[in-house]
Amino acid sequence: MTQEKEKPQVPESVLSGEYKYGFVTDVDSDTLPKGLNEDVIRLISSKKGEPSFMLQWRLKAYRYWLTIKEPHWANFQYDPIDYQDIRYYSAPKKKGTDPKSMDEVDAEIVKTFEKLGIPLSEQKRLSGVAVDAVFDSVSVGTTHQKDLEKMGIIFCPISEALHKCPELVQKYLGSVVPVTDNFFAALNAAVFTDGSFCYIPPGVRCPVELSTYFRINAKDTGQFERTLIIADKGSYVSYLEGCTAPVRDENQLHAAVVELIALDDAQIKYSTVQNWYAGDRDGKGGIYNFVTKRGKCVGHRSKISWTQVEAGSAITWKYPSCILKGDYSVGEFYSVALTNNCMKADTGTKMIHMGQHTRSTIISKGISSDRSHNSYRGLVKIMPTATGARNFSQCDSMLVGNNCSANTFPDIQIKNNTAVVEHEATTSKINTEQIFYLQSRGLTKEESISLVINGFCKEVFKTLPLEFAVEAVRLLEMKLENSVG
Amino acid sequence: MLSIKDLYASVEGNQILKGLSLSVKAGEVHAIMGPNGSGKSTLSKVVAGHPQYAVDSGSIDLEIAGKMTSLIGMEPDERAREGLFLAFQYPVEIPGVPTSEFLRSSYNAVCRHHGLEEMDPIDFDGFLREKMKVLEMDDKYIDRAVNVDFSGGEKKRNEILQMAVLNPRLAVLDETDSGLDVDSMKIVAHGVNTLRSKRNAMVVITHYQRLLNYIKPDIVHVLHQGRIIKTAGPELALEVETRGYDWLIK
Repeated sequence: MTQEKEKPQVPESVLSGEYKYGFVTDVDSDTLPKGLNEDVIRLISSKKGEPSFMLQWRLKAYRYWLTIKEPHWANFQYDPIDYQDIRYYSAPKKKGTDPKSMDEVDAEIVKTFEKLGIPLSEQKRLSGVAVDAVFDSVSVGTTHQKDLEKMGIIFCPISEALHKCPELVQKYLGSVVPVTDNFFAALNAAVFTDGSFCYIPPGVRCPVELSTYFRINAKDTGQFERTLIIADKGSYVSYLEGCTAPVRDENQLHAAVVELIALDDAQIKYSTVQNWYAGDRDGKGGIYNFVTKRGKCVGHRSKISWTQVEAGSAITWKYPSCILKGDYSVGEFYSVALTNNCMKADTGTKMIHMGQHTRSTIISKGISSDRSHNSYRGLVKIMPTATGARNFSQCDSMLVGNNCSANTFPDIQIKNNTAVVEHEATTSKINTEQIFYLQSRGLTKEESISLVINGFCKEVFKTLPLEFAVEAVRLLEMKLENSVG
Repeated sequence: MLSIKDLYASVEGNQILKGLSLSVKAGEVHAIMGPNGSGKSTLSKVVAGHPQYAVDSGSIDLEIAGKMTSLIGMEPDERAREGLFLAFQYPVEIPGVPTSEFLRSSYNAVCRHHGLEEMDPIDFDGFLREKMKVLEMDDKYIDRAVNVDFSGGEKKRNEILQMAVLNPRLAVLDETDSGLDVDSMKIVAHGVNTLRSKRNAMVVITHYQRLLNYIKPDIVHVLHQGRIIKTAGPELALEVETRGYDWLIK
């Protein structure tokens, strides 16, 4: 372990005990009244100055949404969501004209992101990472845009992409997650307000990590962002996503959609560290996180890799998936999901093998403590066309204490008998004996917990970019500090 | 080195140690024998600071920097960094953590505490391989997760390896012989014997006399119902071997 010596700078806020991201920023907001109807959708679309095809697309999604019911098959219960009691648009008020550079963004907002460890100003910006910062319903600024433009890379808020390159958006938006996909995806399509757009031209290897940082600030507001990433032939991009929200007693809804498209020989690596506010010790408040993330390996030999560290939200409902259409394409899913206090997570993946010799790997690590519930739900589907397809799945659960639960719901459907599919699952416990053993060798309690968690999650953490991996370990340590022994 | 006086200690509300006293000097090896349930393992856990064991009264003092210092209230890791080592009767598995990484973290934690230079992975690898030779351990253990898929004998050897790496001043060996065949016992005993010196001390806890054929104690104690009922030279162990514990108990 070389961590002691090579420890990169970690934002101060990550190292503290309680949920340190729980503050509220005082900004004037341009907010719509609560409730949802076609007028609200028209208003959102016009505020963004969208092309007419977008409004039609949104209305189609909304009309479909009205005909379907909220799904309740996940392994948890929650209080009903009143969709008329949510604000669907909240944006910090603009002072004068649009900011031309990051230096013109509202100082309060820049301060907010700095507090979160995400410097936005040109002088302080993170080297090696370009950030799109989303505050409530809108993107407040994107760094490094000019440098990236020189390489033909488009990285901007999706609302801007609708003006910059509407044909790309129109071609790919909804091509992986159609408006009719599911209840939350339909809602998102109807009301999404911003998110990140990214296009990597053929043969270009994006030299920096692209990153979006999502922040919910306003009260009673839902966050519905939409991310669209297109990797053209032979290109490569690594993308990071982080999220936090203030501490509030009411539940807030987050229903995002992420679509990834990889053409021939392209690679997309998508990493998430999700730390939305999870509610208090007794389960009061917290974010309801209903997210649809899906990538499509359209091209031959393309690859999509999902890595997620899910450590927040009162409820997580999320299954980053891969449709492996191109021959020899590869899908990967690496996940660590931690639940503590009263959190409930139902998360996993779907690997749909369509092309020949497609391969997928699933490594899922669930950690549950206190009174939380943690479920893995996964589908591996080998279609008749997927000759020579292979899948390997490993789902491990770790229990901390005696009042939590872990479940695994694997679903394997094989329609081509040349397929090779393997599934392994284990359940273990972190306990006082392990911690005592390590402490009796001179390691502090914190170091001991960290070592055990690191060991358990190793295969997932090694797929994260270094700073992210360190942040992820700290985040898990912090959450488990009071749960062990 | 170690001084325990009139110690009363409980686990989950049951008092197990009832007035135990023990004094160990540098350079000495003490054997503690006793029938099942006499409190042998409780003694080792209390000395090491297991959180589920409570000291009700009495004292446990360890010589730290030339001064007798109370261990009560100290975290297990503080005790370990001050030179106390417990070889576990049932070593614990830590999945996913390579043995070498774990040992280097421990070794460096102790070094840091004493203001000594820490070892980088390459130097440590060489250092570890030397120690493993003494215990006739295969190199493959270095990369395997701590105690995972180790046989009973391998786990015990791994305990002595950790002791060799940390080089403690006071080592408590809790039934290190249980589950060992004769050959493994000889190797483990050899490992322990190479660590004996004038500056350190050992407390060897065992149910049977046989380990003491290979690790020669200076002083033998018999523990019964939470207190030491007899203390004598090595001949006491042999007597227990032939006569059992009954003659001492009644």
